[in-house]
Amino acid sequence: MRFMLLFSRQGKLRLQKWYLAMSDKERKKMVRELMQVVLARKPKMCSFLEWRDLKVVYKRYASLYFCCAIEGQDNELITLELIHRYVELLDKYFGSVCELDIIFNFEKAYFILDEFLMGGDVQDTSKKSVLKAIEQADLLQEDGKERNVQ
Amino acid sequence: MSMAGRMRMGVKDFVERMPAPIRLRELIRTIRTARTQAEEREMIQKECAAIRSSFREEDNTYRCRNVAKLLYMHMLGYPAHFGQLECLKLIASQKFTDKRIGYLGAMLLLDERQDVHLLMTNCIKNDLNHSTQYVQGLALCTLGCMGSSEMCRDLAGEVEKLLKTSNSYLRKKAALCAVHVIRKVPELMEMFLPATKNLLNEKNHGVLHTSVVLLTEMCERSPDMLAHFRKLVPQLVRILKNLIMSGYSPEHDVSGISDPFLQVRILRLLRILGRNDDDSSEAMNDILAQVATNTETSKNVGNAILYETVLTIMDIKSESGLRVLAINILGRFLLNNDKNIRYVALTSLLKTVQTDHNAVQRHRSTIVDCLKDLDVSIKRRAMELSFALVNGNNIRGMMKELLYFLDSCEPEFKADCASGIFLAAEKYAPSKRWHIDTIMRVLTTAGSYVRDDAVPNLIQLITNSVEMHAYTVQRLYKAILGDYSQQPLVQVAAWCIGEYGDLLVSGQCEEEEPIQVTEDEVLDILESVLISNMSTSVTRGYALTAIMKLSTRFSCTVNRIKKVVSIYGSSIDVELQQRAVEYNALFKKYDHMRSALLERMPVMEKVTTNGPTDIVQTNGETEPAPLETKPPPSGPQPASQANDLLDLLGGNDITPIIPTVPTSKPASAGGELLDLLGDLNLTGAPPSAPASVPQLSQPPFLLDGLSSQPLFNDIASGIPSITAYSKNGLKIEFTFERSNTNPSVTVITIQASNSTELDMTDFVFQAAVPKTFQLQLLSPSSSIVPAFNTGTITQVIKVLNPQKQQLRMRIKLTYNHKGSAMQDLAEVNNFPPQSWQ
Repeated sequence: MRFMLLFSRQGKLRLQKWYLAMSDKERKKMVRELMQVVLARKPKMCSFLEWRDLKVVYKRYASLYFCCAIEGQDNELITLELIHRYVELLDKYFGSVCELDIIFNFEKAYFILDEFLMGGDVQDTSKKSVLKAIEQADLLQEDGKERNVQ
Repeated sequence: MSMAGRMRMGVKDFVERMPAPIRLRELIRTIRTARTQAEEREMIQKECAAIRSSFREEDNTYRCRNVAKLLYMHMLGYPAHFGQLECLKLIASQKFTDKRIGYLGAMLLLDERQDVHLLMTNCIKNDLNHSTQYVQGLALCTLGCMGSSEMCRDLAGEVEKLLKTSNSYLRKKAALCAVHVIRKVPELMEMFLPATKNLLNEKNHGVLHTSVVLLTEMCERSPDMLAHFRKLVPQLVRILKNLIMSGYSPEHDVSGISDPFLQVRILRLLRILGRNDDDSSEAMNDILAQVATNTETSKNVGNAILYETVLTIMDIKSESGLRVLAINILGRFLLNNDKNIRYVALTSLLKTVQTDHNAVQRHRSTIVDCLKDLDVSIKRRAMELSFALVNGNNIRGMMKELLYFLDSCEPEFKADCASGIFLAAEKYAPSKRWHIDTIMRVLTTAGSYVRDDAVPNLIQLITNSVEMHAYTVQRLYKAILGDYSQQPLVQVAAWCIGEYGDLLVSGQCEEEEPIQVTEDEVLDILESVLISNMSTSVTRGYALTAIMKLSTRFSCTVNRIKKVVSIYGSSIDVELQQRAVEYNALFKKYDHMRSALLERMPVMEKVTTNGPTDIVQTNGETEPAPLETKPPPSGPQPASQANDLLDLLGGNDITPIIPTVPTSKPASAGGELLDLLGDLNLTGAPPSAPASVPQLSQPPFLLDGLSSQPLFNDIASGIPSITAYSKNGLKIEFTFERSNTNPSVTVITIQASNSTELDMTDFVFQAAVPKTFQLQLLSPSSSIVPAFNTGTITQVIKVLNPQKQQLRMRIKLTYNHKGSAMQDLAEVNNFPPQSWQ
């Protein structure tokens, strides 16, 4: 995977994870363009489209679009499963997740994503395992508020 | 208390009473209340100022909070570079909270192109050795997502160490981090080899999954690694088998399937290992068959696994039964209600249609049904696949569907579809009448989308079908009576009416009921075309010439014709004026030549003229291709393409050819006539015509072999194909056929394919041959070479080689790729002797 974007129907970016080096300016341009393309899609159309030299897999969950740009040899259908897995993780963590959760807790959304994926690939295929790691890290954060981590 | 003491107290109070920076959620809430962009900008600027001063004070307590706020504002699109160093300070902190935000900030704000990112390296190194695994995890994650080459070089050793740990939490992360290191610094791949030894022995799915990813990356990059890891095939097969056969495992289950992510990655690794290797392919045969038959297909997750399985089966050396199984899976996918599955099936079928043509043919009707899908991407693939499946047996049925598609599809498809139909019709037409009817249908339904350079080809086709002339002209006449707005249609019709007008008025049609039409009615329609605002200049040229030709075919209306012609002698349109003046001259001074000049055109061999079809004319400004006896043109109007080729080929010994370009550059029929006129040394010839050249050695082939046999050897002629060009992902292959009727003619079909990840657009192929040859380029199938070898551009070249000299060719390619204009020249010298002897 090259990058993942989360954005609302109004075109507001809620999360951007880039797995390749690119300047801020280029990123902004790509985000703007891709958002436009995806938001213009009609509901009946399929979840895949070709954009520049990439394949884009996107799925809408309530008011949020989850959008992944993958490479030629990547499997589009399993990418849909990957997106779904991430949504499930968020859901379990926040308890019936909605867009507001991600807006107000964006750093947590990143932490969860970084525990699930690295460099664009899945780190752990067990939901339980990922959530447990996040939980432990959160505890560490709480502990650390009282004393320093050794 | 002393004065100084009091002052110190005062300052301390003051500092302590300064408000703490607002909390992150508070800021988010506040910013969201902004009603306008300006209001938001103001809030952001205020907060940024506060954050900046807080940073200046080196406040450790609130640094984390401030950076978090900065990251939020960065996501909204505001600049946040002044927070970069602060991220580094957070990373160096001992507090876990600080590190978490610091690393996140580094990943979002730091750019490997700026040297400041290197300051992270030491911190990461320390954290990789931290006693707390979650800190180590943060470091691995950051390195694995955005580590630059320098950082990777410095830290690869640490990653390698962690790859060997027994802590599965760290091991899985180290594996993916290693993948990133290898991508950034491929030379470091070797050092990870020892650590891969026992990776697949792990029980932990996380480690297994990431290990498979690591192994895949290594095998893809190095043939040596690939050979080395082939021995893992049995183990991979075993793991996959366990996943399928094992009972329900709640931890990894997705809709009843056990760890689909791992299954897919294993299948992908097997694909790489089995490619081009008989033994490995055989070892995985059974498991592939098992997965293909046992996987539950009711949900997307099962289909994802099946899809990967199909890709693997098609890519390795699988036995034919397995291949058929794979194609049948794709066939079933085509019937799935889920659009995504249909899309994926069509894409895969497009890749396999060349190699497994017969198997794909079986699913033709389903594919054709997809032409009616609502999704544009699906329609496009279905169209491409349909064209790939057309053959002599199914041409009638397929053409019906394709014509229906042409009628109803979106405008963006029409040009490609029309070109595809013409190509298919030319190759497989069961009869001349059918061919003409098909062309007519395309012209009338999508007439304005037909590429302008198809017009001369169609005209040649019509000329060659001698017995159909009356039928053709009648149908064309009827077609434009109702509507003469579609330029390509009108051009073809005008030309035909000019040629065969006598057949039209004499009602000679055999194929259908002849219509009653008078000479005046015919002239009416042609004049309407001349006058109409919708007619382009080129179309008007066709119409005027047609009218002129009718002067020798009609008997009652010659005076009317004379009048029309003389009126246009003062037309503002220079092109029209020029013609009219010449035609006037024909009437006045050269009336004795008129009937000979305007005689019926002889049947043209397809290989013939290098004139009209190749002229890229815009109102006669471009020079037509100069013929061999003429020195390289140094005239005032550079035919830029011709000159380019000449320059590059160094002088006189090559005849440059201006190829047909698939843009709206109309070919002028007037050019043909001018060529003929040129033969006769007219005075007052226009500057751009070759008429100024005296006795042209008018190509003798104009009168050669008046045969209506198909020019192609349909049977494989046994001449080996060659790869004429292969560079930068662009490959051009030549396949050869010799003419049945004329042994000096060789027909070359070029196929351009593109293995890169990005389409090549505006693709133009040009060719030049030595002086003793003649060359003709027909129009290409499209101007886009799609990425990933998902399609090709086809174009036909006819070469006339009367002296049976060794064939040589210089080609020039221009296209747009990855946003820049590309150009290349190459020589093709590897023509097989059977292609020219």
